[in-house]
Amino acid sequence: MHPAFSVIFLTTLIGVGQGMFLALFTGQSYSAVELLPMQDSHNFYGNGAIIALLFLIGGLIASFFHLGRPERAWRAASQWRTSWLSREVIVLPILMFFVFVYGVMHYFDLDATLFTADTGAQLELSLVIATFGMIATFALFICTGMIYACLKFLQEWASPLTVINYTLFGTASGFMLATAFANHSAPELMRFYGIWTTIITLAALATRVASLIRNSRLKAKSTLQTALGVRHNRIQQKSMGFMGGSVNTRDFFHHASLVVFKSIKWIFLVLVFPLPLLLLWIGMNDSNTNMLLAAFVVQYVGLIAERWFFFAQANHPQNLYYQTV
Amino acid sequence: MSVVHDPLKAPEGRIETKNTTCYMCACRCGIRVTLRDGEVRYIQGNPDHPLNKGIICAKGASGIMKQYSPARLTKPLRRKPGTDRGDAQFEEISWDEAFSIMEERLAHLRNTDPKKFALFTGRDQMQALTGLFAKQYGTPNYAAHGGFCSVNMASGMIYTIGGSFWEFGGPDLDRAKLLVMIGTAEDHHSNPLKMSLSKFKRNGGRFISVNPVRTGYSAIADEWVPIKPGTDGALFLAIIHELIRTGLYDRDFLVQYSNAAELVSTDEQSDDFGLFVRTDIARDPDCFDPQDRVWWDRTTDKAVHARTESSDPYLLGEFVTADGRKVKPAFQLLKERVDNYTPEWASEVTGIPVETIKRLAYEMGITARDEKIELPIAWTDVWGKDHETITGNPVSFHAMRGLAAHSNGFQTIRALSILMSILGTIDRPGGFRHKAPFPRPIPPCAKTPKSPDDVKPNTPLNGMPLGWPAHPNDLFVDDKGEPVRIDKAFSWEFPLAAHGMMQNAITNAWRQDPYPIDTMLIFMANMAWNSTMNTVGVREMLNDKDENGEYKIPFLIVCDAFQSEMVAYADLVLPDTTYLERHDVISMLDRPISEYDGPVDSVRIPVVPPKGECKPFQDVLVELGSRLKLPAFTREDGSRKYRDYPDFITNFETEPGSGIGFLAGWRGKGGEKFLKGEPNPNQWEMYEKNNCVFHYEMPKSYQYMRNWNRGYLNWAQEHRMLRYAEPINIHIYSEILMNFRLAAQGKLDSKQPPNHLRKRIETYFDPLPFYYEPLESHLTDKHKYPLNAVTQRPMAMYHSWDSQNAWLRQIHTYNYLYVHPSTAQQQGIEDGKWMWVESMHGKVRCLCRYSEAVEPGTVWTWNAIGKAKGAWRLDGDANESEKGFLLNHVISEELPPHAEGEHISNSDPITGQAGWYDVRVRIYAAADDEPQMSYPQFDPMPALPGTGRTNKVIKFFAGMFQKKAG
Amino acid sequence: MTQLALVIDLNVCVGCHACVTSCKEWNTSGSAGFMTDENPYGKDPTGTFFNRVQTYEVGEFPSTETLHFPKSCLHCEDPPCVPVCPTGASYKRKEDGIVLVDYDKCIGCRYCSWACPYGVREIDETQKVMKKCTLCVDRIYDESLPESERKPACVLACPTNARLFGDVHDSESEVSVTIREEGGYQLMPEWGTKPANHYLPRRKTRMHIHEDELQRADNPLKKEQRGPSAPVSEPTLDDSTSW
Ligand SMILES: Nc1nc2c(c(=O)[nH]1)N[C@H]1C(S)=C(S)[C@@H](COP(=O)(O)OP(=O)(O)OC[C@H]3O[C@@H](n4cnc5c(=O)[nH]c(N)nc54)[C@H](O)[C@@H]3O)O[C@H]1N2
Ligand SMILES: Nc1nc2c(c(=O)[nH]1)N[C@H]1C(S)=C(S)[C@@H](COP(=O)(O)OP(=O)(O)OC[C@H]3O[C@@H](n4cnc5c(=O)[nH]c(N)nc54)[C@H](O)[C@@H]3O)O[C@H]1N2
Ligand code: SF4
Ligand code: SF4
Ligand code: SF4
Ligand code: SF4
Ligand code: SF4
Ligand SMILES: [Mo]
Repeated sequence: MHPAFSVIFLTTLIGVGQGMFLALFTGQSYSAVELLPMQDSHNFYGNGAIIALLFLIGGLIASFFHLGRPERAWRAASQWRTSWLSREVIVLPILMFFVFVYGVMHYFDLDATLFTADTGAQLELSLVIATFGMIATFALFICTGMIYACLKFLQEWASPLTVINYTLFGTASGFMLATAFANHSAPELMRFYGIWTTIITLAALATRVASLIRNSRLKAKSTLQTALGVRHNRIQQKSMGFMGGSVNTRDFFHHASLVVFKSIKWIFLVLVFPLPLLLLWIGMNDSNTNMLLAAFVVQYVGLIAERWFFFAQANHPQNLYYQTV
Repeated sequence: MSVVHDPLKAPEGRIETKNTTCYMCACRCGIRVTLRDGEVRYIQGNPDHPLNKGIICAKGASGIMKQYSPARLTKPLRRKPGTDRGDAQFEEISWDEAFSIMEERLAHLRNTDPKKFALFTGRDQMQALTGLFAKQYGTPNYAAHGGFCSVNMASGMIYTIGGSFWEFGGPDLDRAKLLVMIGTAEDHHSNPLKMSLSKFKRNGGRFISVNPVRTGYSAIADEWVPIKPGTDGALFLAIIHELIRTGLYDRDFLVQYSNAAELVSTDEQSDDFGLFVRTDIARDPDCFDPQDRVWWDRTTDKAVHARTESSDPYLLGEFVTADGRKVKPAFQLLKERVDNYTPEWASEVTGIPVETIKRLAYEMGITARDEKIELPIAWTDVWGKDHETITGNPVSFHAMRGLAAHSNGFQTIRALSILMSILGTIDRPGGFRHKAPFPRPIPPCAKTPKSPDDVKPNTPLNGMPLGWPAHPNDLFVDDKGEPVRIDKAFSWEFPLAAHGMMQNAITNAWRQDPYPIDTMLIFMANMAWNSTMNTVGVREMLNDKDENGEYKIPFLIVCDAFQSEMVAYADLVLPDTTYLERHDVISMLDRPISEYDGPVDSVRIPVVPPKGECKPFQDVLVELGSRLKLPAFTREDGSRKYRDYPDFITNFETEPGSGIGFLAGWRGKGGEKFLKGEPNPNQWEMYEKNNCVFHYEMPKSYQYMRNWNRGYLNWAQEHRMLRYAEPINIHIYSEILMNFRLAAQGKLDSKQPPNHLRKRIETYFDPLPFYYEPLESHLTDKHKYPLNAVTQRPMAMYHSWDSQNAWLRQIHTYNYLYVHPSTAQQQGIEDGKWMWVESMHGKVRCLCRYSEAVEPGTVWTWNAIGKAKGAWRLDGDANESEKGFLLNHVISEELPPHAEGEHISNSDPITGQAGWYDVRVRIYAAADDEPQMSYPQFDPMPALPGTGRTNKVIKFFAGMFQKKAG
Repeated sequence: MTQLALVIDLNVCVGCHACVTSCKEWNTSGSAGFMTDENPYGKDPTGTFFNRVQTYEVGEFPSTETLHFPKSCLHCEDPPCVPVCPTGASYKRKEDGIVLVDYDKCIGCRYCSWACPYGVREIDETQKVMKKCTLCVDRIYDESLPESERKPACVLACPTNARLFGDVHDSESEVSVTIREEGGYQLMPEWGTKPANHYLPRRKTRMHIHEDELQRADNPLKKEQRGPSAPVSEPTLDDSTSW
């Protein structure tokens, strides 16, 4: 498939937003049961939510670049019964709503305590909101992943690994950002986030490598034989019926050379996993926000490469019909 | 599901439909044009048209993009003084100025030396009018595309069976059981052929294609027989050999309907050696075979008058006549001729396995013999014999330029015609069938003038500009046997050049050989590009000047509808209309479009007004004819006779009172007559009401065996389609060719060839078909140039016309050279990469495409896709010029100097047919550091005044398009 | 239930592209509005088409088959392109099974084209909505057209009549009968999309020659054999005796 930059940014940006929000949610939950010290509502959760929201908005904006007719985007919510895209379109604003409310509550210190346990642990209203947000976040990961995973003839995508990877990558990058943010606004939490970031990133490494292995072993179900209904071992296309290209040659091929294609795989494997983890650990040791931010940026760039590769690697069966000018 | 957009709702607008005839190619389908608010919305096949019955092709359906193409010329243009030809620097002028320029020049030439005006026309359908104009003007220098197209096909068959494929006849696929298609890619009869091929296949017919390449029609063949180009003659002769050896020929048919049984004198000593033995001397009809031959009767064992009732001749054997002359039936001579043409021999030549050649012969012979068709149609033959039924041997053939475009094509096609004849398939159900006005006598009556004295100032020619020589005395040569025409047609170099030799017109005019000319008018031919060989050279000739700085070809007028490569070389450009904007007739006096069951002609009636100042060339000719006071266009008192072209068509008669005009339908005062009858003032309206087509269906009994069908021949004579109601017997043995040979041997008291051509005439004018290697191959070092290179027609493009067509050019934006992988790999050429193809004349850099569907000794490409930069209003970096290429650069219009002369055209030595497909090439990979671009490249042609804007995006929506474009 | 569809006979398709351009000319001025062409006179011209014809070579020389292969939307009975559409712009009509795009709803997200395994949907690059073959829904029900012309433009155009049109659910329709009798098949059956359009395979007519067909009693060569005969002028018994 042709990696459309709007979609690459959409999925990676909302992934960061979702992950960041999950990090905030996790942090606050731990605090609620007093496993972590409570943080300043305004500075940490409020600003953190704003950052998460900004990423979500960034993704949303990117998504509009993918639409031919953005003015009709509202219509996209109508087919929630069948379309994962429609579902994504519904869940994303819901999540943004929760993040927004959550952020506002923290930022303006509007939180209310619903319940205080004997131990002194408090259930804040914001945490309830965040729980809804957490559900929406996971729902959104599922929607986004399923948009790709549900296309069964895009065999590289049609796997639960797609959803898992989307979830883990989003979460990892969000936690990575949260680590850097925590170093600045809530240093006590920095290690906590850093360790989780490491765990999630390693998990993502495992599942992504699993999907790479899976994809490398895939046997295409569709062949020229099934595409044409001709049973012969040697079939070659001589002309696709037009010579200057068409949507079918533009949207479904990555148009990169094999060298570029292969190197992007290694680039993302390095940029998403070892390099940011290294920077993360250096940053954690030095409590260096810049280093931690660098870890995030490197990983984010790696994710862009990863997403590019995710698209480019997917071989659409329609390509069987569009091989030779 | 609630729907916002109603898919059934038709857009608003005023809808009209009009019928006319397509001209996206020369096939002449009927079309129905739907207009919305005056703009073309939909062009469909006219379901009521007999030719295409509602179907249309890719080109026909893209007429909209031709109509609104920015490459259209819309203003008369004059080359800017001081600029060179080819620079394409023009200024707009008015039609008045254009006409005065032409009138002055042409009047002067006509008063002094009319042959200094040359009129050459390309793939048009107006030869009836352009030919008339040339004749009236008095210049012999006229021809249309036939010489570079398929004159071999026309002549080879017309000189043998009195009709041909091409536009003159075709295979009866409704009834055939076996079709053998040879060297045909797209054909002229393209839509009807497609229609009937599919019907044929669905009815269980077996389709064999003989072609070095498997594309298009051949793709759906049941069997593909790859053959080496130029060797089909060998195949046919071997098949004939096999058919005669096994007795798989139709003896009765040959005896009665051909000259197979007629006796030929074989006494070298006798005066009539090589001629038919005749019963009496009373002969010399101008164009039919008199019934004066003899054959050897089996019962009485004597020579008797051929076709004597109840006699039955020998086809084989040698006999001695009463007066002691040795004679043989023509068929015996044929048998002797093919004795050595064994399948084993042919296999070597053609690359086809021996078993395949034999099997092909048996399939043909057995199908013809055992699947006979008997139609319950009673008819009477010219000899007065009644027949209860019409018999057919259902083996059909179809062939086109794969045979024609070789310099051995005439004899190859003679061999094919004879093969068809010995199978008994001529004008019979399931075989070959004629289309009116064919069959013609062998050869047809039309003759050119015969001497330079026939070209006189202010006088029409006393003959046709093109014709059918029957005898050396019919040649158009001077006392020394040198040509009178600029293209050297009808000279000893190319005696039977029935369609002229347009391919040499520019080269000869430039070399001033045989004489200089002054003004050349080129209509609808892209002679600076694809209809010329040696394109680079010809472009230089067009722009070449003598010592005095005068152009070698002093004045060049081009009438075109588009900014073609040719237009760049014009001194004066006449912008033509498109086919949707003009009146036109597709006349039986030109190439016919008839059906097997009777004559058909058709017209175009404008469906939209002309764009800008476009003027139909027909009107230009009528105007010029009137200004020059050519007799056909002028009244006694010198005033102009016809207002315009439609008026001319209505009222013109070939001779006063002849009743014959350009159109056959609705003649007579009230439209009650056809073929012949007084002018009918409402003829156009009547055509319009009838789908722009006239179709007369003859009685069933006239539809077959027309060469010998008394009813038909009388009918045709009565309707002035034929002068004589005489039988048109098949020329298995061609006495006409023999006469030329005898002249060359100095044995005939006739015009004599110049000595250096005697050998050539003697060799090629063989009365029986024979195989020889194409001339160019013969003169090529085949070790150096081991491969054949050919082109073929893509179905979705017409020659060079369609690169300005936004839809069609998406299908063929550039072209590859198709090469068999083994052939390419030997040279290290990779699929999809740049390579060179080189002949002894030139070389071209192009892109390679591997193909398993090509004979490994052949490379091929689609014809005329490559374009010169900037032509057709394409951007400078358009793929056509950067990746596309023209094979013509490696083909030469002249043979290398050899025994027969220095500047002999690269053409069939009999007919002057251009040998497009004879070129031999070698291929090699292009180096990595070479430009990734085709070679040669040309300086970009600028946009001409009057052409349109080329927008980056077209959003065509009929009714809105021009409004938006402004 | 009706399911309209095309049946394409590869046995007679000569790859002429008539269906390609006739489709374009009909639809570019149709209810969807123009079908864009970009760089129409420049480098790499490209445009929106609903139907394309491709060419394949099957086998190796000399046993090569050249296959022309026209393809437009197959109007799948279980069209994967429909459920994925977030706006409902892609829909399958209940009444005749035609899969359409509602051009006024489409947001041009291209998702449906990803979901079609056959590569037949084309986004219009200037209108920015998804387009595809409509089975000429605006012709086949247009009562202002004569009955015989209420067929898709490509079907009317096709010179070899390789394109049949009809209801594949009506077992007696021409298309159903042909599918049944000529071995009609669907493309990429592995995805369960159940394309309504079917293809008919290449079929071959062969001839079998028996030895004895070459030696028949009525072989015309027999007539050419000459019996014993001598010229009348040579001496005979009559010249030397009488009885
Ligand atoms: N679409 C379209 N239609 C056209 C035209 C067009 O440009 N476009 N042009 C029109 C004109 S002017 C003409 S003259 C006709 C020509 O109609 P065709 O004669 O059908 O056209 P060509 O493309 O010349 O086809 C030549 C075929 O002969 C094969 N061939 C070449 N050499 C040999 C050989 O030695 N032996 C055999 N057996 N085959 C050989 C080639 O591979 C090719 O398939 O088409 C007319 N129709
Ligand atoms: N290599 C190679 N070359 C070939 C052939 C081949 O097989 N191989 N085939 C040869 C054959 S058979 C032929 S017939 C020739 C054909 O060659 P041409 O006769 O040159 O045919 P076209 O290229 O179609 O060009 C005709 C010109 O007519 C113009 N034109 C189009 N419509 C109109 C109109 O309505 N009015 C006027 N006035 N002009 C119009 C076009 O713009 C173009 O400039 O090519 C020959 N050239
Ligand atoms: S075959 Fe020629 S005349 Fe017929 S529709 Fe096509 S372009 Fe027009
Ligand atoms: S062919 Fe493609 S676009 Fe057409 S219905 Fe099937 S899946 Fe949808
Ligand atoms: S491009 Fe249009 S039709 Fe396709 S999925 Fe998106 S909204 Fe639906
Ligand atoms: S049915 Fe209509 S829209 Fe579909 S391919 Fe044919 S002409 Fe085009
Ligand atoms: S119009 Fe018919 S023959 Fe031509 S490509 Fe289309 S389906 Fe094939
Ligand atoms: Mo031609």
